Order: sequence, then structure tokens, then C-alpha cells
Amino acid sequence: MTSRQSAVGSRQSAVVSRQSQSSVRTLDVSMLAPGGFGHRSLMWWGTLGLVLIEGTMFALAIGAYFYLRSRNTYWPPQNIAPPDLTWGTLNLLVLLASAVPNELAKKAAEHVDLRAVRVWLVVCLVFGLAFNLVRVFEFLHLNVTFSNDAYGSIVWLLLGLHTVHIATDVADTGVLTALMFIGPVEEKRFVDVQENAVYWYFVVFTWLPIYGVIYWAPRII
Amino acid sequence: MRDPDHELPPVREDPEQLEQTWADPPGLVGWITTVDHKRIATRYLVTAFAMFLLGGVLASLMRLQLSRPENTLFGPDFYNQLFTTHGTNMMFLFAVPVTQALGIYLVPLMVGSRNIAFPRMVAYSYWLYLGGCLMLWIPFLLNTGPDMGWFSYTPLAELLYTPTKRADVWAQMITFTEVAGLAVAVAIVVTVLKLRAPGMSLNRIPIFVWGMVVQSFMIIFAMPAVMLASTCLILDRLANTHFFDVDRGGDALLWQHLFWFFGHPEVYIIFIPGTAMVSTIVTTFSRRHIFGYLAVVMSLVSTGFIGFGLWVHHMFATGLPKLGESFFTAASMVVAIPTGIQFFCWIATLWSGRVKISTPFVWILGFFWVFLIGGLTGVMLASVPLDLQVHDTYFVVAHLHYVLIGGTVFPLFGSFYYWWPKFTGRMMNAALGVASFLCFFVGFNLTFFPMHLLGLHGMPRRVYTYPPDAGWTTMNGLELVGVAFMTLGVILFIVDAWSSLRAGVAASDDPWQAGTLEWATSSPPPAYNFLHPLTVAGREPLWDNPPDQPIVVGLRSDVRDVLVTHVMDAEPDHRVEFPEPTKWPLLTALSTSALFVGSIFTAWAVVYCAVPLFVSMTGWFWPKHPGETGTQAWPIAHRTLPMPSEPPSGRAA
Repeated sequence: MTSRQSAVGSRQSAVVSRQSQSSVRTLDVSMLAPGGFGHRSLMWWGTLGLVLIEGTMFALAIGAYFYLRSRNTYWPPQNIAPPDLTWGTLNLLVLLASAVPNELAKKAAEHVDLRAVRVWLVVCLVFGLAFNLVRVFEFLHLNVTFSNDAYGSIVWLLLGLHTVHIATDVADTGVLTALMFIGPVEEKRFVDVQENAVYWYFVVFTWLPIYGVIYWAPRII
Repeated sequence: MRDPDHELPPVREDPEQLEQTWADPPGLVGWITTVDHKRIATRYLVTAFAMFLLGGVLASLMRLQLSRPENTLFGPDFYNQLFTTHGTNMMFLFAVPVTQALGIYLVPLMVGSRNIAFPRMVAYSYWLYLGGCLMLWIPFLLNTGPDMGWFSYTPLAELLYTPTKRADVWAQMITFTEVAGLAVAVAIVVTVLKLRAPGMSLNRIPIFVWGMVVQSFMIIFAMPAVMLASTCLILDRLANTHFFDVDRGGDALLWQHLFWFFGHPEVYIIFIPGTAMVSTIVTTFSRRHIFGYLAVVMSLVSTGFIGFGLWVHHMFATGLPKLGESFFTAASMVVAIPTGIQFFCWIATLWSGRVKISTPFVWILGFFWVFLIGGLTGVMLASVPLDLQVHDTYFVVAHLHYVLIGGTVFPLFGSFYYWWPKFTGRMMNAALGVASFLCFFVGFNLTFFPMHLLGLHGMPRRVYTYPPDAGWTTMNGLELVGVAFMTLGVILFIVDAWSSLRAGVAASDDPWQAGTLEWATSSPPPAYNFLHPLTVAGREPLWDNPPDQPIVVGLRSDVRDVLVTHVMDAEPDHRVEFPEPTKWPLLTALSTSALFVGSIFTAWAVVYCAVPLFVSMTGWFWPKHPGETGTQAWPIAHRTLPMPSEPPSGRAA
């Protein structure tokens, strides 16, 4: 131990020798809270990092969509109808509506209200499952398969990428909901609920441009 | 050792308890489960160095094959695997991981933290990186090494022209290493933003740490491109999609755009940490603060931005519109400006400092020469006419090796010599170090300088042999001599390292009298890094801190308590309990690997393997024991910053 302490020891002893012998100035952090919400927490910044990575991925996939479009005379190719609007638009509404229980779960977490967190997490979960279910019908009504041509490939890629996100986020929410019922529930788990809500917002907001590209770009641009 | 008169004041930290709290379990279990950033970084460094040696062996085999015309040592098929595996290995398994490994080790120490943020994720990243290494090298040994060039251009990499698994191996090796690299990048950024020592405001962050932050942000924005590209490639090959298939509306150049949107920033991802190492070592051995701190930091940041506007200069030969080419020529020349600013800052620092020549510093001198030449040929290549003339010749090979070996390998060897005492607690032999440098430097220039001329004389890249009357024989022979010198240099380094570990002189805490925080703890550092975390009053705390600079007390020693600070000014904000050693990162990495490897054979593997992946990630997340507060609420509104106690203070025992 002595050699390991010597680092701090020797340096600080130099400090001590210039002052009164029994004191070193200290910065006492023992009174600080054992955790923090929002941008104060490490998790918030970690989630932000994930959002940047995934957001870049989506942006590049959309870039690839328009690049391929610029290389083709017909988009969508002749004899292929654009994706049916019904299911995609329904899903847009479900997803936007899910922001309400999501926000309420986030607020409940920030108030460390276990009962409300349980209620709203379950509601979020129901929305997530509904969204994934409607997604199946979206795939069935794209009016093109991924192996048909480059247009089909990129449309399936965009929808697939977003589906991976909603599926994993529902899995996350499921585990988190189970934890909030089974326990042990600690205060820091409420930070997890809050971060889960932040990530869900990201998934909601990325759907807006992707919905626009998949369903409206072949129609109006 | 300690003078009782100079005893520290009684504070809450109990060194033995702290040791116990942060220690890993003994033996193999501890080795597998550790979340200590220093142990993880060490295995990263050792693995990456092994990859460097393996890649070097492949390079030597290539030089041997080319040392005389019409050599029959290897055939074209094996030669294709040689250069592809060499390039892929050096870019993805050596250069990026080794710089990130230094960051994993040093960044938490340099910012004065007890561990890296998200240590389990960093542990996970190592296992995935190891998976990436196996993913490249096992197929290579089975004659299924990638053979399409390290950038795996379509349509060559499409199923029609590469019907074997060679392209799939390459594509999934990418996924392994990029997921690992992204995880480390996020951990480093969050460590720097949130775990800095109190007082280390943004303008006091060490330049090496700035370099790692810029590198990490570049990774975050660049690596998704290559993951997307390789995913599309593997889908084309396996699921019958048509992203790059011209017959079905796809476009082969889409691959090049996506790849180089990653591939060009990759160059800066590799050498920005290198230049940051140079700034650190130059500062220490000039015995003064770096000249133009702000200019150097802004150069790093602006290089990071400009690096994303250059990718098309790799595609000048593909027939793009003239206006686009002109734009990318201009951007490629602009990027020389921040690098030039850094050079002038280093010169000014050396000029006005009291320079002390030492082994690490000698490697940096080598860097100046080699990297400067690489930069100058880069400016030449930015010009479209010259690029078209030497495209796909050895001129480009010479340029990229001058940039990458000059920009990263020379600073890396300097860094190994510089931080070796901190890593191991032993000094290395100065004479052996200089001898190693001389061999490597002479060998490097003998090997790669003639390549400029060979390129101008028209020798193309990636040819496995050439006719005797081409006029290339002498220089290719000379290059083999250079390889021998470089090899000798590396062997001397290994001998030096080995004998230092066996019987090196014990290193003091701060053998170079440097100014940054990693030198404020013992060599090697304890598991908890600092007994009392320091606070910071300047850019080089060990030079600048006044004698009565406060130390941090009050972190618990019975749990892994870490201080979290505010992003801008690093004022103390809250404490957070860090994870204990855990087996879940390894298990999660195994299930992730099963998914990646399985997806080479069937797309359904993604579905099957999602189940074990879900189980392992849930096991990772699920709490093992209730923490400090139980279900009690934190004082959420509590943001009072404790002030440094006025002397005399000290807590009652």
C-alpha cells in the first residue's frame, strides 16, 4: 500500500509542509446526491450518443434512397404502385399518440412516483405492441418486395431499420416494466425510465422523415 | 515512507477498504469479469499490438514476393488475400483499436476519474473486437481471407464476382469492429464530459483528451456509414436485394459514396489521436505549456469537421461532375491548414522551451519528418490531374503509409515509451529505444520512399508480380532491405519491453516530470486510480496547482463511488455508484457474435440469435442488489456545490 499511496502522499505532503502541519484543503463531496436526473446523469449522455449514431444511420439510409432515386428514370419503377397510405398513416397516428403516455411516464419517473410509473409504462407497452402489430400490415402493403429491384431494397431497408428500433424499444420497455413490478426498485431505476422515454421520443421523431420518404416521396417529389 | 508530521488529515477514505471495493476477484474469474478500464485497455493494447505484428508479417510476405520480377513464391489468389487482409487488419483491427485503447487507459486518469463511463460496455467492446480479429484471421488461415481490397468495392464484392464467403467474412468483420469502436467512442465522450476532476473546465482539458474526444465524435458520425454499407452488401449477397446491382436499378458508386463517407474520416480518426500524443510529449519534453493551446484544440476540432467534406477525392477517377471535383479538391487542400497550424505550434513550443531529448521524444522527431512528407503528397493528390495520373499506383501506397505510419505508428511508439513507466511501473532502456527508433525510421524510409518513384514510373498497386524489363526491380529490391530494418526495429522494441518487464528499473510516479493528472498517482495506478481525487487549477495541474489546491474527499470507500461533474466547468454535481465486475458483457458479446457469424450463412440467424441476445442483455441490466438509497428518494433539487473548505479543515475521524 505504501508505494501506491506515495503518489498522493508525497504530493500532498508537500502541500502540508508549506501550511500548518495538520491540514490540507479539501473539497467534501459526501453531501452530494447519489445520482441525478436528465442531462445531469451519465445515462442521458450515453443515450444521446446512441441517438447520434442511430440518427446518422437513418440520415445516411435516407441519403441512399434519394441517391438511388437520382440514378433511376422511373421511381417507383413502372408497374409498381407506391406503398398504400392506410397502414403507414395509421401507424403515424398511433406513434404520435404514444407520446402522451410516454410523457406521463417520464413525468412520473421524475417525481419518483412508482404507482404512476407502473401505470404509464404498461400503457406505453400496449402502444408499442400495437405499433409493431400495425407494422406487419405496413410491410404487407408496400406493394414491392426487397428482391424486386433497388427501389424495393431501399424501401424495405428504411422500414426494416425503423422496425428494429421499435421492436428493441418495446423489448426494453417490457423489461423495465417487469423490473418496476418485481423490484428491487431503486431511485436510479427511475432515471432508466426517464431515459427510456427520451429514447422513445427519438424513435417517434425519426418515423416522421422516414414515413415521409417511404409514403410520400414516390407520390409528390 | 510517509513522514508522520506530514500525515494527511483524517478523512473518510479507508485505503484498505477502497482497495477491497475496487479489486477484481482473483484469477481467471477476475480476468473475465473485470470492468477496470486499465485492465481492459491493457488487453486491447496487447491484442492490437499482436495484430500489428501479424499485419507486418503479411506486409513482409508481399515485399518478399515483389522483391524480384516474375517471382513464383505466391500466386495471384493468395496475393489478393495478402494485401486485402493486411489493409483490413491494419485499418480496422490495429490502428483504430490501438488508439482507442490508449484512450481507455489514459482518459479516465487524465481527467482524474476512478473509472471510465459505462465500464461494462467497454468490457463488452473488447470481446467484440476480439471476435472481429478472429473473424478476419481464422478465415484467412482457412484460405477464405477477403480478396477484394480493403475497401471491398462493388461490383467485385457482389455475389456474381465473389461467389465464396470471402466478402461476407469482410462485411461481418466490419460489424464486429465498428460496434466495438462505437461503444468505446461513446464511453470516452461521456467520461470527458461528465467525469472530469473539479476545476477542469473545457479550456483546461489536456490536449490528448481533446484528441480522443474529436476522434470519438468522428467515429460516432463516420462508422454508421460503413456499417450501413456492409449491411447492404451482405443483404445483396445473401437476401437477394439490389442496392449495388446496376441491372436492377442499383448503383455500384453508392458503395463508394457510403464507404468513403466513412473511409476518409477514418484517416483522421487514426491520426488525430496521433497528433494529440505528439502535443502531449512535446509539451512534457519542452518543459513548458504548449504554445497556442486554443489554436491546437481548434485545429483538432476543425480537422474533425473538414474530414467529413473530403470523401469524394477518393473517387476522382470515377467520372464525377467537374464542379464536384473542384469542390473536393479545395476541401482537400483546406484540411492542410489546421495541420499546418499544429506544426507551427509544435515548433514554437520547442523553440521557446527547454528541450530534453529522450526516447519518446526521438520518435516524435521521426513523426515530424514522415508525417510532413505524407501531408505534402496529400496536397499533391488533392489536385485532380495529378490524382488521375497516379491513381492506383504505388505513389498512393507511399502517400497513405507516410500519413498513417507517420501520423500514428511513430507517435504510438513514442507513446509506448512515454507511458510505459505508468503502465508497468518499470522504465525502458533508453539506448535500446533509440536503436529501435533508428532501425525503424531508416527502414521505413527505405521501404516507402522508393514507392513514390515507383508510382511515378507507373507501377500499379495490387499486382502480384511484374516483368523484369519494367525498370522496377532495383527499387523493389531496396524496399526488402527496408523491411529488414523495420523488422529489426520492432524486434528491438519487443526485447526492450520484455527485459523492462523482467528486470527494468522501477519507475517513480512521475519519471518525466510531466504535468497531467495520470502522473499524480502511483505507477502502475491502483484499481481505484486515485486515493484522493485531485482538483485542478490549470492545464498542467502538476505544474500549475498552487500548494493549497484542495483534494476531493467524501467519496465512499465501501462502494464504487465516482464523482460526476458538470459539463462546462466541471463543478461537482453528484456521485454515482459504478458497476462491480460482471460476466454479462462476455455473455452478451458471445450471443452478439453468434448473431453476426450466423448471419453470414442465413438471414434467419438474426431472428434466432436475437433470443440469447435479449436474455444476456436483460441479465446485464437486471439489478443484482439494492443500492445505497434503496427506494428512498434522492434530494432531487439538491445542487449545492460544496466549497473547498478553508484551512484548517479536515473531517473528524
